[in-house]
Amino acid sequence: MEFRPSHELHKRRFGRNLGLGLVLAGFVALVFGLTIAKVSTDEFRMPTQVQGGTQ
Amino acid sequence: MSDASLNASQSQAPEAGFGDYFALLKPRVMTLVVFTALVGLLAAPVPVHPVVAFAAILFIAVGGGASGALNMWWDSDIDTIMQRTRRRPIPAGRITRGEAFGFGMTLSVMAVVMLALATNFVAAGLLAFTIFFYVVVYSMWLKRWTPQNIVIGGAAGAFPPMIGWAAATGNITLESVLMFAVIFMWTPPHFWALALFMKSDYHEAGVPMLTVTHGRRATRAHIWIYTILLAPVAVGLAFTSIGGPIYLATAVFFNGLFLKGAWDIWRRDEVMAEADAYGVEKKVFKHSIYYLFGLFGALLIEASLRTAGLDSWAMVGW
Repeated sequence: MEFRPSHELHKRRFGRNLGLGLVLAGFVALVFGLTIAKVSTDEFRMPTQVQGGTQ
Repeated sequence: MSDASLNASQSQAPEAGFGDYFALLKPRVMTLVVFTALVGLLAAPVPVHPVVAFAAILFIAVGGGASGALNMWWDSDIDTIMQRTRRRPIPAGRITRGEAFGFGMTLSVMAVVMLALATNFVAAGLLAFTIFFYVVVYSMWLKRWTPQNIVIGGAAGAFPPMIGWAAATGNITLESVLMFAVIFMWTPPHFWALALFMKSDYHEAGVPMLTVTHGRRATRAHIWIYTILLAPVAVGLAFTSIGGPIYLATAVFFNGLFLKGAWDIWRRDEVMAEADAYGVEKKVFKHSIYYLFGLFGALLIEASLRTAGLDSWAMVGW
């Protein structure tokens, strides 16, 4: 099977798409890192289930 | 849509690359924002987790950058006229005004929300106010209306250390207000020194600059007055909880240098300035950049000493 050659438009936009992809990947990594940092502190408490909702 | 129609639409305007969107964030302004916000955060007496600190600085920088994109959206008409700004993405036709507006608004909201989640509502509120102040109060209202635009608009650039401090402490205190005041008082003499020797085309763009509306003599007087007012604020910071002898010595040195430069500028007239190709004005402008980095660098050293458990005042026997 032969892949279709990429259009000139795709080549032209490669840099922009790659940049955006890296920014999004970085954002996901940062949110993950923040979550770990937040739940690792002494102040963090898991919400407890009480009657009528969470507390 | 066929490939042919795609190509036809693309050939009309150059396409924006990743760098063009990055340029909308005014990366050079961001350097100052990142540095002063970092000092504000590290000088605070509350330790911050490194990941939280990194996120806070990043979102402050993104918020500042987003306000830059909104500024370019609003000012695209005058950016087309001025030589210095003609190659920016919007006047160059690589990004449309609508795209810049959408980009700026999205990043503004994201930066404020993420800063609130990463740190606290005080820091996020200050960031939101900074964006509002720069875009609405400065860009939309004051910039084209009054020659004092630099003075009041400078407040937007003075907020980052206050936001950094609030990110760590959740508060606004004397220390953070003084850090704000230093940048606020520093901005007018810094920019007016530049305005004296830069041949700008603000006038053609309809932006009132002090050098044009009140003349160069008045601008020289304004530089002198603001530098006098700046000195006690900058030196006074040494006697707060974030100051110390290293900061005091640095502040005295740089304020002495700045005052001497401003005095020299005030004493000169245009004939003298043209005779040495605005040498003094250029020197003062350059020194003013060292001034800010010097003072905030000294605050960083003081913070490092405190983190290491050293009392810098006691070290000099005070």
